[in-house]
Amino acid sequence: MYEILKAEKLAEKIYLMDVHAPRVAKHCQPGQFVIVKMDDKGERIPLTICDYDREAGTITIVFQEVGASTVKMADLKQGDSFRDFVGPLGCASEFISEDLETLKKKKLVFVAGGVGAAPVYPQVKWLHEHGIDADVILGAKTESMVILEKELEAVAGNLYVTTDDGSYGRSGMVTKVLEDLVGNEGKHYDTCVAIGPMIMMKFVCLLTKKLEIPTIVSMNPIMVDGTGMCGACRLQVGDEIKFACVDGPEFDGHLVDFDQAMKRSQMYKTLEGRAMLKLQEGDTHHGGCGNCGGDN
Amino acid sequence: MANVLNKVPVREQDPKVRATNFEEVCLGYNQEEAMEEANRCLGCKNAKCVQGCPVSIDIPGFIKEVKEGNIEEAYKVIGKSSALPAICGRVCPQESQCEGKCIRGIKGESISIGKLERFVADYALEHDIKPEAADSTNGHKVAVIGSGPSGLTCAGDLAKLGYEVTVFEALHELGGVLVYGIPEFRLPKQKVVAKEIEKVKELGVKFETNVVIGKSTTIDQLIEDEGFEAVFIGSGAGLPMFMGIPGENANGVFSANEYLTRSNLMKAFDDSYDTPIAAGKKVAVVGGGNVAMDAARTALRLGAEVHIVYRRSEAELPARVEEVHHAKEEGVIFDLLTNPKEILVDENGNVKGMKVIKMELGEPDASGRRRPVEIAGSEYEMDVDTVIMSLGTSPNPLISSTTKGLEINRRKCIVADEEFGKTSKEGVYAGGDAVTGAATVILAMGAGKAGARGIDEYLKNK
Repeated sequence: MYEILKAEKLAEKIYLMDVHAPRVAKHCQPGQFVIVKMDDKGERIPLTICDYDREAGTITIVFQEVGASTVKMADLKQGDSFRDFVGPLGCASEFISEDLETLKKKKLVFVAGGVGAAPVYPQVKWLHEHGIDADVILGAKTESMVILEKELEAVAGNLYVTTDDGSYGRSGMVTKVLEDLVGNEGKHYDTCVAIGPMIMMKFVCLLTKKLEIPTIVSMNPIMVDGTGMCGACRLQVGDEIKFACVDGPEFDGHLVDFDQAMKRSQMYKTLEGRAMLKLQEGDTHHGGCGNCGGDN
Repeated sequence: MANVLNKVPVREQDPKVRATNFEEVCLGYNQEEAMEEANRCLGCKNAKCVQGCPVSIDIPGFIKEVKEGNIEEAYKVIGKSSALPAICGRVCPQESQCEGKCIRGIKGESISIGKLERFVADYALEHDIKPEAADSTNGHKVAVIGSGPSGLTCAGDLAKLGYEVTVFEALHELGGVLVYGIPEFRLPKQKVVAKEIEKVKELGVKFETNVVIGKSTTIDQLIEDEGFEAVFIGSGAGLPMFMGIPGENANGVFSANEYLTRSNLMKAFDDSYDTPIAAGKKVAVVGGGNVAMDAARTALRLGAEVHIVYRRSEAELPARVEEVHHAKEEGVIFDLLTNPKEILVDENGNVKGMKVIKMELGEPDASGRRRPVEIAGSEYEMDVDTVIMSLGTSPNPLISSTTKGLEINRRKCIVADEEFGKTSKEGVYAGGDAVTGAATVILAMGAGKAGARGIDEYLKNK
C-alpha cells in the first residue's frame, strides 16, 4: 500500500496528493509518469509526476476529475492509501541527457495548459536547479482554474499567466500569448515544450511550425499496463507507430498525428459516461432509463 | 470399464453453455476416473514420456501412486520436478511432449498424463498439502525478475535449496502471463494460479509487486545497492506486433495482449471492475496461435460473433489442437487462407470493416511450411467492428537497455545458454520468453529450472 501523506484541492476538479513511494521517488526524472490503482477493482490510471522528494520518498501527483475513477480518487484523504503505485514509467525529458553547456545557450519556453502545469513544473524546476531559467506560459480557462502559479514563479525565468476569459493575467489562449511574445515582444525561443490537453498541444504545434520553433509535447493517451505490453497507447509519429509508455511520453510535436490521437482517446467515452452515471446515481442506477443505453 | 486403448474421457462444460460464461471449460477427473486412467499406464522402465517433459517429471512414478490411490505421494513425486503442476496440467501442450511420446499412443490413445497431473495437483490444493521447504536458509540473496512461469519456477527451486529469494513483478498482480494472458476459462486465477503462488510463498520466497526493473530500479542497482548476489531474468515476452496495414490505429483495433489484459488481469468482463472493454459485435482475430484462440474465445464469451483470420491452412495453425477444437465447438468461425489488406475506418475513427484477400499455399519457405501467396483478384470485405491482432511480440527493451554488459541477439532477445541460463553478465541468468521469444509455459518453467541450477552452481563456487 502507498500512503497519501497530503491531499489538497488546487482548483475546481483539480487535486494534488503527496504519496509515499520510495522506489519511484529514488529514481524518477522530469518527464516521467506513474500508474496508480486505487483498490482491487480499480483501473490502472496513468498520471504525470508533478514533484518528488528523494529523501522523504514521496511523489507529488496532480490530477483532474475526468471520469468515474478520477472522481472516486478525489475522495481519497490524507492517511488513505493507493493499492498500487508503479513507476517511474516512460522516458525522462530529453534535455536531461543533453550537454549542460549547450543547453545553457538555448532559450526555452514551456507552454502549460490546465492540469498540464503539473508535468511542466518538475522540468522547469530541474532547469532552474541547473542554472537555466526557462520562460513559462501558464494558461487556464478562468482565474479559479490557474494552478501552481506560485511554484512556477519561483523557478521560471518569466512567467506569463493567461486565462481564456481574461479574468486573470493576460487574456486569451496560450497560443495567442506565444504569438505575441515572439511576434510583438521581441522574444526568441530555440525550443518549445507544450503540455496540456491534446487540442491545445495540436494548436501550439501548428503555431510553432509556422514560427519554426522545434516543439516537444507530452502525450497522455489511453494506457493499460504502461510497460509496453499492450499497445493501447500507440500513436502515429511521422512514419512510425510509437508506444507512448515506453517510447514517450514526450515526442516531436511536429510529427505527432493529433487528430488520430484525439479520436483514439475518445475510444471508451460512451463506456466512461455510463460508469459516471452509475457512480452519480448510486443504487438508483438501473441502466433502464434509456439515457445511457443500459448496462448490458 | 473403458477400453484400454482409449483415454478415460474427461468431463467438460457443454460448448453452448460455456460459450456464454468464463467458468473453466474442462472439469477434470475425479479420483475414480483418475485411477482408472492411471491403470492404463504400462509403467515403462525407460520411460519415453519423461524425455518429452521439459522439466523431466517422473511420470510413471507419479502415475503408479495414482493407481494405488496414494494421491499425496503422487503430488510429492511431481513436486520434485515441478512447482506449478495445477497450471501445467492445464496449459502444457502434452500432445507434443509427454503424451506425444507415450508407448500406449502407438496402438491406441496415449495416457492422459496432463489430466492426471491436474487431478493430483488439484487434490493437493484442495487438501492443502504443503510443498517441502528448506530446513534453513543459506544466507545468499537472489533476485528474480518477473513472477510468470519461469520466475516462479526458478524462485521455487532456489528457495528449496535454501536461498533467500525476492521476486520483483512489474504489474500489480503476481503470475505474469498466467494472469494477464491466459483466460479464466482455461486457467482459473483464484482457484488455481493464486493458490500455486501461495505454495511458492510457503517455500519462503518474498514477492514485491509494482517494481519495473529498468525503471523503478536496475539490475546493476539490485546487485550493488541491495546486496543480491545473483539475478534471474524471467521478464517474459514484450511489445505486441502489428501488421503495418492501413487503418491499424483505428478505434476497435487491439493487440491480443491489450484485449486479454483488459479481460484477464483487469477483469473487464466482470461489471463490478472499473476497467472497460469494447467487446465488439463482430470480431476478427488475426493470427492462428494459442493467444489468438484465447482472444477469440474471450470475445465470444463477451457476446460477439468471432472469426479467426489466418493466412495459412488448418494444418499450419500453431495453436494446440485442443484449443482449436474447443474454439470450433463453441462457435468460433475459421476464415483460413485469408489475409488482411486494410482496416476500413469510418469518419469517427472507428473500425467499419476489414478488406481481406484469399491465399493459397505455394512452395515451402524457410520454416519448412508452405508459403501462403495471394490469389489475385480475390479481395473481399468482412463486416467487422473490432479487429484483434494476434501476431506475436518483440522483446521488451526495458531490461536489456538498462543493464551493463547484457548481450542480446539480433532478434533483441537476451542471450542465455540452455543448460544453465547463463548470460554474458556475471551472476545474471535468464530464461523464458525474454530469451526464446514467445513460447509455452512449460518451456519457460524448464528455463526457470535451468536458471536455478546455474545460479546454485555459481553461488556454491563463488
